[in-house]
Amino acid sequence: MATKTYAGVNIEVNDEGYMTDSSQWTKEVANEIAKEEGIELTDKHFEVIEYIRNKVAAGESLTIRGINKSGVVNAKIFYQLFPGAPLKKATKISGVPKPVSCI
Amino acid sequence: MKKLLILGAGTAGTMMANKMRNNLDRDEWQITIVDQFKTHYYQPGFLFIPFGMYTKSDVVKPKSDFFPTGVKVIYSKIDKIQPEESSVLLDDGVVLKYDYLIVATGCKTAPEEVEGLKDKLWYKDIFDFYTIEGALKLAEHFKTWKGGDLVLNVSELPYKCPVAPLEFVFFADAFFTERGLRDKVNITYVTPMSGAFTKPRAAKALGDLLEEKNIKLISDFTIMQVDNDEKKIVDYGGQEVKFDCLVSIPPNLGDALIERSGMGDDMNFVPTDKHTLRSEKYENIFVIGDAANLPTSKAGSVAHFAAEILEENMMCAIEGRPFTASFDGHANCYIETGYGKGTLIDFNYDTEPLPGSFPFPGVGPFGLLKVSRMNHYGKVLFRWIYWHILLKGKEMPIDSEMQMAGKKL
Ligand SMILES: Cc1cc2nc3c(=O)[nH]c(=O)nc-3n(C[C@H](O)[C@H](O)[C@H](O)COP(=O)(O)OP(=O)(O)OC[C@H]3O[C@@H](n4cnc5c(N)ncnc54)[C@H](O)[C@@H]3O)c2cc1C
Repeated sequence: MATKTYAGVNIEVNDEGYMTDSSQWTKEVANEIAKEEGIELTDKHFEVIEYIRNKVAAGESLTIRGINKSGVVNAKIFYQLFPGAPLKKATKISGVPKPVSCI
Repeated sequence: MKKLLILGAGTAGTMMANKMRNNLDRDEWQITIVDQFKTHYYQPGFLFIPFGMYTKSDVVKPKSDFFPTGVKVIYSKIDKIQPEESSVLLDDGVVLKYDYLIVATGCKTAPEEVEGLKDKLWYKDIFDFYTIEGALKLAEHFKTWKGGDLVLNVSELPYKCPVAPLEFVFFADAFFTERGLRDKVNITYVTPMSGAFTKPRAAKALGDLLEEKNIKLISDFTIMQVDNDEKKIVDYGGQEVKFDCLVSIPPNLGDALIERSGMGDDMNFVPTDKHTLRSEKYENIFVIGDAANLPTSKAGSVAHFAAEILEENMMCAIEGRPFTASFDGHANCYIETGYGKGTLIDFNYDTEPLPGSFPFPGVGPFGLLKVSRMNHYGKVLFRWIYWHILLKGKEMPIDSEMQMAGKKL
């Protein structure tokens, strides 16, 4: 466990840089994590982030399929917003745990 | 008479019919099992068909061989479950009432979920091997194939038998080597995962095997469409992989009956308590096998371990006692690596696959995360065990709960 300073606040993160206390999350924190990932957040990003935070708070799992059906964005736009590995990046910026894929 | 109804007579449903008939008094309980097909397919055998190692007759038997006496069998398509009324509607309009229901309807491939997958190249240059039809077509295709880019693509998680696609490429490497064609066949493994497998140690060991066998790994690839004209697969991020022969693991979904019943998640899997195996929503419904949304592998071995837990917990429910058994997600998978050798992984909800020996600590005879001839025999033996012990619901000499002894941390 480590702490990082985002937007002037000490934030607890795990080895991979994911926040461990979701309640510490603010939009300012999100902006700074996003910068580290090379992403400039727009309103559309924040719509997706809100969806992700709500899903996780409700204890539901996150999948590309679910996001595609969410009505917030389709999978293609989701990839454009968070290029590369979108679920991993989007969850990191949303201050929620990295989704586990169990098979 | 009280009624226990089992939906689906595949691996899990058949095991449960056998187990519950042994437990429940014949004068008090009627057990009914429903399935749309009369043939039982040994699905793990599908992997061997494209390479000419098994034929169709090696993987089929009549379902009726495996039902105990005293169980009523109905061959019919199931329309839907009406959980509020504790009844099930069959396709021909028949209504079955139940006191307890076991859902064991499995999951199946849904190629139509990926744009361009089931299109003009389907079963010409694009195949699956998760169905008997696909496996047979691919066997035909490989007989005369001259080589080129062979691409295996996993569409989406979760899918049943998570190691089968890896075994497929290992077999392909050996198959084309033996035919003197390996230098003309480029094998690429394309997966939405971040590596060859999910858990770190297994991902490393299996990733090393891919490299050793000169199989290219492309990870973090979530397929968006198949381009039939240019013969390439494209992911949402714009990455493209060209193929001459595409072997796809299409999305695996729970049966549409689950959706019609309003009982599924967005892949038609039934939300199930991962320890008790009871439906999260309905007290008299239990779920076992691939149909459940459990966070472990969808595999016959998992269904087998879960069956022992479910047997105990169903008896608790029926006799009005608190649940005494708790499922740990135990999975045990033999992985063929080609050339008569194999490896083995053993894990559960909390413990990732670790190296060591199995089932006897230090002795084996099977080696965990190690390639050996013995592990291949384990897989070969599995077919015999499946037909003769597993489906009949008999005890196996392996604990249903995963054991740490013999594992190296
Ligand atoms: C290629 C391949 C390789 C595999 N290798 C292995 C392996 O090496 N080891 C291992 O442990 N597992 C392996 N598996 C996985 C294993 O076969 C499955 O996990 C197992 O069969 C699941 O059992 P189940 O009873 O849940 O589902 P199934 O056995 O699929 O049975 C479901 C049944 O429900 C019936 N059904 C569904 N919907 C309806 C409906 N609407 N109306 C009527 N009937 C319906 C179906 O007809 C079917 O008979 C492999 C699978 C594949 C495809």
